[in-house]
Amino acid sequence: MPATPTNVPEPSRTDPALLRNFCIIAHIDHGKSTLADRMLQLTGVVDQRQMRAQYLDRMDIERERGITIKSQAVRLPWAPSEGEEASGTTHILNMIDTPGHVDFTYEVSRSLAACEGCVLLVDAAQGIEAQTLANLYLAMENDLTIIPVLNKIDLPAAQPEKFAAELANLVGCEPEDVLRVSAKTGVGVPELLDKVVREVPAPVGVKDAPARAMIFDSVYDAYRGVVTYVKVVDGTLSKRERIKMMSTGAAHELLEIGTNSPEMKSADGLSVGEVGYLITGVKDVRQSKVGDTITQLSKGAEVPLGGYKDPKPMVFSGLYPLDGSDYPELRDALDKLQLNDAALVYEPETSAALGFGFRVGFLGLLHLEVIRERLEREFGLDLIATAPNVVYRVEMEDGAEHEVTNPSEFPTGKIDKVHEPVVRATVLAPSEFIGAIMELCQNRRGNLLGMDYLSEDRVEIRYTLPLAEVVFDFFDQLKSKTRGYASLDYEPTGEQAADLVKVDILLHGDKVDAFSAITHKDKAYAYGVRLVAKLRELIPRQSFEVPIQAAIGSRVIARETVRAIRKDVLAKCYGGDISRKRKLLEKQKEGKKRMKMVGSVEVPQDAFIAVLSSDSDGDAKAKK
Amino acid sequence: MPSALPDGEPMPEDGALPGHALAGAAGRPLGFYLHVPYCATRCGYCDFNTYTASELRGSGGALASRDNYADTLVAEIRLARKVLGDDPRPVETVFVGGGTPTLLPAADLGRMLAAIREEFGLAPGAEITTEANPESVDPRYLSELRAGGFNRVSFGMQSARQHVLKILDRTHTPGRPEACVAEARAAGFDHVNLDLIYGTPGESDDDWRASLDAALGAGPDHISAYALIVEEGTQLARRIRRGEVPMTDDDVHADRYLIADERLAAAGFTWYEVSNWATTEAARCRHNELYWTGADWWGAGPGAHSHVGGVRWWNVKHPGAYAQALTEGRSPGAGRELLADEDRRVERILLELRLSEGCPLDLLAPAGARAAERALGEGLLEAGPYEEGRAVLTLRGRLLADAVVRDLVD
Repeated sequence: MPATPTNVPEPSRTDPALLRNFCIIAHIDHGKSTLADRMLQLTGVVDQRQMRAQYLDRMDIERERGITIKSQAVRLPWAPSEGEEASGTTHILNMIDTPGHVDFTYEVSRSLAACEGCVLLVDAAQGIEAQTLANLYLAMENDLTIIPVLNKIDLPAAQPEKFAAELANLVGCEPEDVLRVSAKTGVGVPELLDKVVREVPAPVGVKDAPARAMIFDSVYDAYRGVVTYVKVVDGTLSKRERIKMMSTGAAHELLEIGTNSPEMKSADGLSVGEVGYLITGVKDVRQSKVGDTITQLSKGAEVPLGGYKDPKPMVFSGLYPLDGSDYPELRDALDKLQLNDAALVYEPETSAALGFGFRVGFLGLLHLEVIRERLEREFGLDLIATAPNVVYRVEMEDGAEHEVTNPSEFPTGKIDKVHEPVVRATVLAPSEFIGAIMELCQNRRGNLLGMDYLSEDRVEIRYTLPLAEVVFDFFDQLKSKTRGYASLDYEPTGEQAADLVKVDILLHGDKVDAFSAITHKDKAYAYGVRLVAKLRELIPRQSFEVPIQAAIGSRVIARETVRAIRKDVLAKCYGGDISRKRKLLEKQKEGKKRMKMVGSVEVPQDAFIAVLSSDSDGDAKAKK
Repeated sequence: MPSALPDGEPMPEDGALPGHALAGAAGRPLGFYLHVPYCATRCGYCDFNTYTASELRGSGGALASRDNYADTLVAEIRLARKVLGDDPRPVETVFVGGGTPTLLPAADLGRMLAAIREEFGLAPGAEITTEANPESVDPRYLSELRAGGFNRVSFGMQSARQHVLKILDRTHTPGRPEACVAEARAAGFDHVNLDLIYGTPGESDDDWRASLDAALGAGPDHISAYALIVEEGTQLARRIRRGEVPMTDDDVHADRYLIADERLAAAGFTWYEVSNWATTEAARCRHNELYWTGADWWGAGPGAHSHVGGVRWWNVKHPGAYAQALTEGRSPGAGRELLADEDRRVERILLELRLSEGCPLDLLAPAGARAAERALGEGLLEAGPYEEGRAVLTLRGRLLADAVVRDLVD
């Protein structure tokens, strides 16, 4: 039941025994945000009047796509009305919202590390999806108490019996222990809150030890600087205290500390087990990194909390302004986005074909897509993005080693070995698609790791796959081969040596750097033939014959020719034609400006977009 | 004359020209184009500003009638006199085009010409041309024209093949245009042109050779050969879209052009503009040369375009609206544009490059000059004239003239 203001424990003075830190693990569209909205209402922190859908998702893109990119924590007072705890004592529930996507697994793992329990929320009409399963395994590894919940039981298509059995099987409980709620109507939500209080353990920390607080999120705010979300594991952090980031040793003053309900509300401090935010005045999230440990500057903790990792970009793409004069705007925009995204890395690069741009590193394809969309939408930029590629490690025979983030920089000379990143991919799908999925994975150089039935007709298939194969329209293919039923999750598991070659595309003898790609030797030919054929369609006839070739080193593997244009003249030009003709000429000149000169060949901007985007529209877009 | 009018600023009611338009006029020749917007039937490929009797019925009434068209046109010639004020230039060329001018009685055409003679005077040796359809003239008509002062006639032959004429909806029979040439010669015409069209769907290389041979055999001193342009909105465009007739490939057009140039050159014709060949310099169409060399001309008639000293204007399209304006003493001008210096430079390049004299290299900006050098290297410009400071297209260059222009105007 909603708590009254008088009996709500204050931050920094809350008995850890009354704290429940939990998160919600759910797939996109399974109703997490709606459930969070109901919890905000039921606990009275947001009144009916202020309520708006998906209250916690702040960015437009998040709300629009129904995905949560950045997590938050909300402090909810709740006095259980049933069971042993029904004493009227107000508990503090910290609901930690987690990002839902595979690209942000590390952020998910840090959010989970801030919790003692999690609500596993699954759509009663669809069952569990691969990413949810992956996050469930993460939660289990973190020893979190799992509360399985089926949502959308009000839907006619709901199959609560079937999916309760599936969840019970996964979590290791009885089907009747699976709660059934409708986040939309609110049915079952009070019972869920009661259950959180009853089953999620209170945090266990050392109250009198030096403070150790784990950063699980870090958000840039134009007015306040970086807002850092932490869970205080040991000790207490108080306002005005000097603190230290343990990974770098950097010292900051705590300008403000507090909790979210759901708006920010400052407090005297945060004590052991509590979750809240702090502001130090830093302007860049890279100075306040997720996973880092915060302690006091003087007499602070010696040993940081475990699990900190630097975010490492996995997928790279060249971003170029369509209009070369927008380059400074693109740089400023990336600078701004980086304030809020420690995982975003970029450096300037020059392409003979595309001009000045940046090679940008992303956590994955969704990350790429979100950044690109924000650059275009929030900063009004028109961009060409080159096909995404992974990072290769190339060992030369002379012992030299290169890290290749851009295919055009693939070294020439005697190469000993090329290593590529691999992932462990998990696909969940109805069992009728096993054949199609295995065929796809086999085609993508996958190694079957194993297969398990989740229920009678749903199966989990595990493969090792080269990441390069996954970023190359794998998800689209998977969706189309399984009529949209399959879900995919993957995590990096290292690298493997592979027989990889660079395929170059030459236009009229000139290499077009933007079209270079690194592919497996067995696929180089198919790639070359496909791209060359496509370019033949897209490149207009010029006054001379233009050969289009695909080559590995100096060996040409595919060739097409754009025949020379032989006629480009209007037969008639008399008195009445002159104005029209001059105006047509002006229009054609405008069109010519949208051409990129590659050597002596005019290539329409559209050709670059068409060739590059067909390969990059994979994963991320399909998940919209 | 294509039917769509360009965008421009409005024309003053009295048709007055800005003062600068007549500056230096004495150094430029003056010509008249007279448009006759009537045809007996509409050809499937034609998008010119012309009307059949049934198309005009009920849409302009008596005003749009061809019975009193000559009077209406004469009214515009009188207006031209007013607008040009005390411009002392006699008229060097007159060209009557259409439509089908020869649908009007020869006397009507003669009256229009007489009005020009009255108001402006004709220069000695002035070139006076009319277009004619082979099926709408006979020896008597041609003699009347000649007597009325016409000295050049241009016949729309198009093809010597029946199946090609049929696709084009031309109603004359093969052989008739050649006979017209003889009749025109007999009537005393100094200069006779035949218009040919190549690349019509269904036409073969041999059909085209036959047409060229037939035309040459008739003995004209001038031949125009045009690639068929399928204009949007024509019957032919619809038939092609529906797949009833095939679209001709650009490469086929190129082949036909090469055939034409070869056949015509062998018969003693020399190209002097991309689509025009003549036996001698005197046989060239001087009126068309006015268009290509920035001279002044007054275009009278519905939808006609004019140019005087950097001002281009065009008349309202519909014969009814045209006649209405003149009846009320207003200029029939629908819009105009005042050319800036850069516009005039660009126009000079795009027009003069189509001529065998070419355009002077010193007209080009640095980027255009570099493009000219590249074009020379690619064999699109002639080396000899280039040495002497002129960009002149080679045979291959003529086929790519528009592409060369796009580079040279940079």
